[in-house]
Amino acid sequence: MRVEIRATAFDPWLEVAAFRRDHLAAGRIGASAVFVGTMRDFNEGDDVKSMVLEHYPGMTEQHLETMTQDAISKHHLSDALVIHRVGTILPADDIVLVAAFSAHRKEALIACREMMETLKSTAPFWKKESLASGERWVEKNTAG
Amino acid sequence: MSIQVRFFASLRERVGHTRLSIESADIATARDVWQAVSASPLDEEMLVAINKAYASLDKAVSDGDEVAFFPPVTGG
Repeated sequence: MRVEIRATAFDPWLEVAAFRRDHLAAGRIGASAVFVGTMRDFNEGDDVKSMVLEHYPGMTEQHLETMTQDAISKHHLSDALVIHRVGTILPADDIVLVAAFSAHRKEALIACREMMETLKSTAPFWKKESLASGERWVEKNTAG
Repeated sequence: MSIQVRFFASLRERVGHTRLSIESADIATARDVWQAVSASPLDEEMLVAINKAYASLDKAVSDGDEVAFFPPVTGG
């Protein structure tokens, strides 16, 4: 399992490839379910120029590690990988990667979805958007 | 009792502090901690963590605890 908060841009597809190569036994994994969340240049009808993602150092990592470990146990995953950006983010930057690996697709797909929804609703991160008219905090996440 | 208090995101800007350290004999719960740092009640949707784990406002705090207040989360 790997959980990481990243302050710089990352390529989720390279991360998944490297994780599979370095951490998963070849031939034992039948399913890789991957979610990548990417910054839009619009939100709630406004153009968004950039945003700053804040977290609670220590609590956020701990929360994501527990969430990931729980998903591995519950769904009998072979492994899981979670990376989340913090700091200044620009449109088209990838924000979050959640990947679940298992022998069969059902467990990987369900676990990936569950981890992502848990992250969205409980992991301590906050977004502040920069618009042409100024800055605003995102008050709640979209439903799905 | 000595408590380290932390604030995040919009709540940090509203309170005007990132961290505060409070000393008081009259603190038993996280709610008491909030009342020691703010004259206005904590909005219902705000969240509380004690020692980096989610907690209710009525949860007891101990000497040396870190108590954090923050708005609903918006990551991902």
